[in-house]
Amino acid sequence: MNKSARRFAVNAAGVLVFVVSVFPVFWMAATAFKPNDEIFSATPHPVPAHPTLQHFDLVINGGVANVGFWTYFANSLLVAIATVVVSGLLALLAATAVARFRFRFRTVFLIMLLVVQMVPAEALVIPLFLDLKRADLLNSLPGLTVVYIGFALPFSIWLLRGFVAAVPRELEEASWIDGAGPVRTFYKVMLPLVAPGLVATSIFSFITAWNEFIFAYTFLGDQDKYTLPIMLQYFFGRTGNDWGPIMAASTLLTLPVIAFFLLVQRRMVAGLTAGAVKG
Amino acid sequence: MVDTATAVRRAPGRVTPGPARPRRRRRPAFGPYLLILPTLAVIGLLLFWPMIQIGVMSFQKVGNRQLAGEPAESVGTKNFDQIFSDPLFWQSLRHTVYFAAVAVTLTLLVGTLVGLLLNRLGSRMSTFVAGGVMIAWATPPITAAIIFSWLFGSTGGLVNWFLDLLPNWLVGGGWTDFNWFDRPLATYTVLTICVVWQSFPFVAVSVLAGLKSVPGELYEAAKVDGSGPWRTFWRITFPLLRPIFMVLLVLSIIWDFKVFTQLFVMSGLANRDAFNLSLYMYSEAFGQLNPKLGLGSAAATVLTLILLCVTAVYVRVMVRQGETA
Repeated sequence: MNKSARRFAVNAAGVLVFVVSVFPVFWMAATAFKPNDEIFSATPHPVPAHPTLQHFDLVINGGVANVGFWTYFANSLLVAIATVVVSGLLALLAATAVARFRFRFRTVFLIMLLVVQMVPAEALVIPLFLDLKRADLLNSLPGLTVVYIGFALPFSIWLLRGFVAAVPRELEEASWIDGAGPVRTFYKVMLPLVAPGLVATSIFSFITAWNEFIFAYTFLGDQDKYTLPIMLQYFFGRTGNDWGPIMAASTLLTLPVIAFFLLVQRRMVAGLTAGAVKG
Repeated sequence: MVDTATAVRRAPGRVTPGPARPRRRRRPAFGPYLLILPTLAVIGLLLFWPMIQIGVMSFQKVGNRQLAGEPAESVGTKNFDQIFSDPLFWQSLRHTVYFAAVAVTLTLLVGTLVGLLLNRLGSRMSTFVAGGVMIAWATPPITAAIIFSWLFGSTGGLVNWFLDLLPNWLVGGGWTDFNWFDRPLATYTVLTICVVWQSFPFVAVSVLAGLKSVPGELYEAAKVDGSGPWRTFWRITFPLLRPIFMVLLVLSIIWDFKVFTQLFVMSGLANRDAFNLSLYMYSEAFGQLNPKLGLGSAAATVLTLILLCVTAVYVRVMVRQGETA
């Protein structure tokens, strides 16, 4: 094979990979905009011939389970943001500890973080159900948030510690010599430099909370407390094969995550590798 | 995720430095403990304590009355006796193991190939394809499961339409009304495609990051010596990236072993024949009007113990690579 033919083959393979990766999501969005006769026609229409917003209208204004769509959206957003803020804060403290100090049990702590990342949420749902019931936090969004914080925290620390470690110690020392206290040093020196790491961590926790299914499904009983994934599952179970509205609802759940992901894609990959700088 | 990235950085056969020498302590010794205290509290309360509870509850009867506040009664090993003598448990375990074996193999294979491909593409094309691959990764599991239910649906589903177009001698006929979700093998085929589609990007990106760290001279030397791509991969790339592959293998096993959401959406709690261990456990615990949390905990204990064994391998690899130093 000569050089240009080989290059062509490699690029063609690249296009193929791209198409396979994107197709299911494309098909979801395409279905969401098609009128019913195009969705169920004997020969599939690759793109909507007569795009319609009727399915989105049904999902957003028709309400699912007699609750408006925006309630579910707000529930999801609230839980995700609270998870991001609290776990980000706790992770920053702990990451500073492991990246900046040598202390007894430091290795034990790090190993523990590795182990708890692997604990199956699917198993813990049973005791946590019992615990939340005892604490009267079942069927409540704060209760759900607390659980999400616990599950987002270990990886957040692992991710952040690389960023904290990457801040040159000399900068901190210079700040002390200039007479700044620990709090001021933290705000003026550490925080701006760790910011990209916090962004990467926040995206991770946001997606963890936004996508989570099993806890929300088990803990939330009232329909007006549902988060978007539970609303989607409920809707899917109820309407069965009415794919137009189901795909519209799926699109509404998915687009924020994908947009977020693509927006920060480069930083995320850079973050993942930068996190590798050891602490 | 970052842990693999870390592995990536250290991959190319560098000499691993020993644990860093303790630096001079300049600050009060209780500082770091204060900083990790909130984390310890959260993790202890939400992860460790429940893990202990699973163990305790698997020897107890925990039903509606106990949920109402009565103390749990101890039942000895009755819960374990019951699940171990339940054919459905063994079938679910078999499904879990077979599925994990197939899905992990495919994920690593496809992910590695795509990673190698991304490395060979020009930089703009590579960014473009990586962007598309990221979309598969970013899709929430619940949406992925619903999209694949639609693609493989029996009315208007794209896959059945396509299979019907193909010649009968190749794929057989009568696909139009084929229901993919009423028999385990077909359901697991869809599940495998769905899960591999979502998990290969992570492998691809990690492998790509690893490849970027391999010095180019090695490949030039291999080329000069007349080594083909197959040989180059097994003689240079694979040995250098072995730590990454190890971590990716272990993580994939762990993730695919506990798949819940996708199977729950595609097949559900009513379809007991298609259960895997996670669904079996969930169904025992919450499936009926009478929750049987003790029985569910016994199944959860089995799942957790299996995963902890795999995790032990993972921790060993990470410690060896000096990640916890």
